[in-house]
Amino acid sequence: MKLWLVLLAGGLLTYLTRLSFIALFGRQEMPDLVQRGLRFVPPAVLSAIIFQELLVPGGQFDFSLHNFRLLAGLAAGFIAWRFRQPLLVILVGMAVLLLLTLIP
Amino acid sequence: MTLPSAHQESLPPAGPSWRSEFWAGVRAILPLLFGVSPFGMIYGALAISTGMPVGAAQAMSAIVFAGSSQFATVPLAQAGAPALVMVVTIAVLNVRHALYSASIAPYLKHLSPLWKVGLAYLLTDEAYAASIGHLENSPAVRSRHCFFLGAGLTLWGVWQASTAVGIFLGEIIPSSWPLDFTLALTFIAMVAPLLKDRAGVAAGLSAGVVAVAGYHLPYKLGLVAAALVGITVGLLVEGRRR
Repeated sequence: MKLWLVLLAGGLLTYLTRLSFIALFGRQEMPDLVQRGLRFVPPAVLSAIIFQELLVPGGQFDFSLHNFRLLAGLAAGFIAWRFRQPLLVILVGMAVLLLLTLIP
Repeated sequence: MTLPSAHQESLPPAGPSWRSEFWAGVRAILPLLFGVSPFGMIYGALAISTGMPVGAAQAMSAIVFAGSSQFATVPLAQAGAPALVMVVTIAVLNVRHALYSASIAPYLKHLSPLWKVGLAYLLTDEAYAASIGHLENSPAVRSRHCFFLGAGLTLWGVWQASTAVGIFLGEIIPSSWPLDFTLALTFIAMVAPLLKDRAGVAAGLSAGVVAVAGYHLPYKLGLVAAALVGITVGLLVEGRRR
């Protein structure tokens, strides 16, 4: 039940964001600072989640060679930076994680 | 119907011009579908593997219809995060659509409210990217919005279908597989093209450090703090270089 409320509220806010300037056009301009700040929302939020997933796996901070998710994530990051192929990033990252897990 | 032109705009204008624009939009989005459909499948499989009900997982693709925010909601729902935190996360991750909305608005200005309300629902990263160049340059001023309709509707259909396939696969894949790691990998693939200048990198790094430092804050507030710090640092670095 809670999840459905989240979906409806989150969906409504997303929709209103999409509609915002299409509906308002001609009446309101976006402030310059907001417009420049919006550009940093995706890199900031995505990086925040990536850092948590890689450095705090299972709720414990782990910056070491035993943190397989960190190593696999670094490999995936290299692929993403070098090749810009989303599917390749996911395949290499999963392959590295599975290989590290299999090695005794 | 006192105004013939208004009447024409409130309905899909028939004729070759409308159709050719629509199908040109469909063709324009096709290459992007190769990137989108794996994400849809991974989202569906990930959602199911964390115990999200099938109906909710599919409904999120239809109601929210925005990949990164759907991905981000999955671990929050699994961790039992408060509803408000999940809603804020979805809203913050989707704020960028306001930029697309502002960018596309001049080309939809002449349309009826019904058209605007409908087309706004289809405004995604991909539909925007595939359409904006055509909207800016097409001489078909009266029917070029149908290009966007074609691109947006196609993407919508593929997103729903790939989610359904992912949900199906997620029920087959054993739960011991580290499927949740695809979340971090998907985000790595998404963030790489955004880190194209020093300000973007600074925003990402500072947000990442704050997110790790604030991991144990209640209500996942560490993510909110990280986003605010990242945006501020990005603006400061950009401002200094001007």
